[in-house]
Amino acid sequence: MTAATERAAPAAEGGNGHDLVEVKNLKVYFPIRAGIFKTVQGTVKAVDDITFEVRRGETLGLVGESGCGKSTTGRALIRLREPTEGTVMFDGVDLTSLKTGPLRRLRRRMQIIFQDPYGSLDPRMTVGSIISEPLETHNLAKGEAKRERVAELLKMVGLDPSYVNRYPHEFSGGQRQRIGVARALAVEPEFIVCDEPISALDVSIQAQVLNLLTDLRDRLGLTYLFIAHDLSVVKHISDRVAVMYLGKIVEIGPPDTIYAAPAHPYTRALLSAVPVPDPQMERRRRRVILTGDVPSPANPPSGCRFHTRCWLYEQLGKPENCRTIDPPLREVGGTDQKAACHYAEDCIKSDVGVAHIDDRAVRHGTPEAALRVAHKSTAELMGEIPEGDIDKALIPSIEEVPPAGGSDEGGAKPN
Amino acid sequence: MEEAVSLEVTPDEAARITREQRETKAAKSKNLLEVKNLSTHFFTPDGVVHAVDDVSFELGYGETLGLVGESGCGKSVTALSLTRLVPNPPGKIVSGSVVFDGVDLLKLSDEGMRKLRGKEIGFIFQDPLTSLNPTLTIGYQIAESIRQHMGLSKKASYDRVVELLDKVGIPRARDRLGDYPHQFSGGMRQRVMIAIALSCDPKLILADEPTTALDVTIQAQILELISVLSDEFGTAVLLITHDLGIAAGMCDRVNVMYAGRIVETGSVDVIFERPRMPYAWGLLDSLPRLDDVRSDRLRTIEGLPPLLINVPDACRFNPRCAYARDACRDHEPGLTPREEPGHYARCWATDKGGWIP
Repeated sequence: MTAATERAAPAAEGGNGHDLVEVKNLKVYFPIRAGIFKTVQGTVKAVDDITFEVRRGETLGLVGESGCGKSTTGRALIRLREPTEGTVMFDGVDLTSLKTGPLRRLRRRMQIIFQDPYGSLDPRMTVGSIISEPLETHNLAKGEAKRERVAELLKMVGLDPSYVNRYPHEFSGGQRQRIGVARALAVEPEFIVCDEPISALDVSIQAQVLNLLTDLRDRLGLTYLFIAHDLSVVKHISDRVAVMYLGKIVEIGPPDTIYAAPAHPYTRALLSAVPVPDPQMERRRRRVILTGDVPSPANPPSGCRFHTRCWLYEQLGKPENCRTIDPPLREVGGTDQKAACHYAEDCIKSDVGVAHIDDRAVRHGTPEAALRVAHKSTAELMGEIPEGDIDKALIPSIEEVPPAGGSDEGGAKPN
Repeated sequence: MEEAVSLEVTPDEAARITREQRETKAAKSKNLLEVKNLSTHFFTPDGVVHAVDDVSFELGYGETLGLVGESGCGKSVTALSLTRLVPNPPGKIVSGSVVFDGVDLLKLSDEGMRKLRGKEIGFIFQDPLTSLNPTLTIGYQIAESIRQHMGLSKKASYDRVVELLDKVGIPRARDRLGDYPHQFSGGMRQRVMIAIALSCDPKLILADEPTTALDVTIQAQILELISVLSDEFGTAVLLITHDLGIAAGMCDRVNVMYAGRIVETGSVDVIFERPRMPYAWGLLDSLPRLDDVRSDRLRTIEGLPPLLINVPDACRFNPRCAYARDACRDHEPGLTPREEPGHYARCWATDKGGWIP
């Protein structure tokens, strides 16, 4: 309680408040209307009683399959969706009970980047007016100052400031996403919800935008909620990862634990389904193939929602409590990891779906293993090629690679 | 698939054996598909787009060949050209030959081509919702091609449909014949597409981004299904994908495409372990990987792929390549052999006498 009252004055420096966003028992339900009178026939429980926090300065990855409620959660966090129940505290202020005026003032501190770089930019507005609109809404800059700020923002996201008078259709997908990032940054927010920001982009462009997002985070001290369905991307960018299934968070914790020793059978299944660009490993891996589709969130299964597709449930001989009692999210293992499974301890011990964890050790032990070769030869080469031959623009992206060879061992051990 | 337990474990031993069988099978017979110097251009008001430019490759019986690359690299246009489905105008196959099972498809009559599509060559497209007709039942749509190509009676064709739906793992197949596509989930619709593709025992399946619209767990189901069934039926698969992980898991050989050209080709192991083309390195390096230690920054390929209008005689990747020298800007390198048999790359730097050892 004391912490909450201390932080009630948002102007005060966060000090001990190390949670920027606190979500308690959040529920977002959508009514299903049908028939000529559009009467409510049921509810879709898109987000059903989730509790978690986003810590100041961290990137929390939120993963799950389509329809699991991850986007709805992201939107409810900045109140673009009204929560049905529960509270969302932003820096000590309860967003859910805020009136329009104070809410708008607070919105300056939180922004969102959308998935679709084509649909989220107004095709009839120039880049300049798209980026300066939030500045006007929040009365942050006018006239010359505004123009300068827009130019600065464009530079910050790696676009040429001379593009201000162009229209969105003149840009590629990756560049549009940069415009979306610039718009979000215009009001100097602390918290940004990134809703699948790179899903619509090509592989090589994805890496560019991901690097931009991490650079900006480090430079401006931003806090991200990073929503994605791609587990590899989430692993790369996140300080902590939350896995959602059918409106619930089933597991949350640091990526090193979640990816190495998942305590929820769904996390294991999800991980084992991700293809890895290494043919030898692909041949060796043991997969958990989940049968069937995700059940309807309008009528979720009783007890644990995953039990209808759960391999551990089958393996343990279909224990009754999985069918009857909804497992709460609880501490497992003691390394900041929580899972919602009655048998989380059994799950951690299981070797199902962890093929690539074993393999990773093997893989990094063998010097000739796939990419290492490319990495090494690349870095060795860099010494050999005369500076002048290399396109200047390309140098930074290459030099910032961790020294080759060191990227195996150096990265593996925390320094 | 029909096991009660949802646990499908493939011991590596078994995987190796099927692989060896497949390899020997492929080695014994001549190629099912031979594409030579295929060029497909699009004639637009802005100029001629060289979407597919002088592409040659072959595909053995029962083999799975991957065609990987980013959007706009020409991988889908290649597949459309093989079956002469390129929209004309503006597209036109301007040169080359496509020999499928001894027949040059580009010289075949329209009628002959129609008899081949769906029968000898099956298709699986990215989006099952738009490739199925929403106004016809699932049963009708699968039976349609069976009746058309195999001349079976209505009853016999529906029996075959039930058998196929069983095969692709649709529960209670007979009850679902009268269902419409919207009553199926995305994964189920893709299973229906696979049933249609397999309905006439094709020799080749063209799978164009078959799982791009699906979630990972469903993707794993569908990929498993494609690989099990293509093994069982001995069907060759041309798998078009932008996902290198999928190519690594599914393919025997891989063609990497960039800007309308094949820039590297070889066995899947060589392509992923010892690629000899900076674009392939770049692609692999820019992926955040599940099986890698986390690092702060990803390596990127700066810039964008070139427009394919008025392409100069130069390596098409040179403006984005960290290793490019004058040679790369003066002439385009050919697809030349590298160490391993069957491994070819289009790069001056890694060619004989090049500056990358």
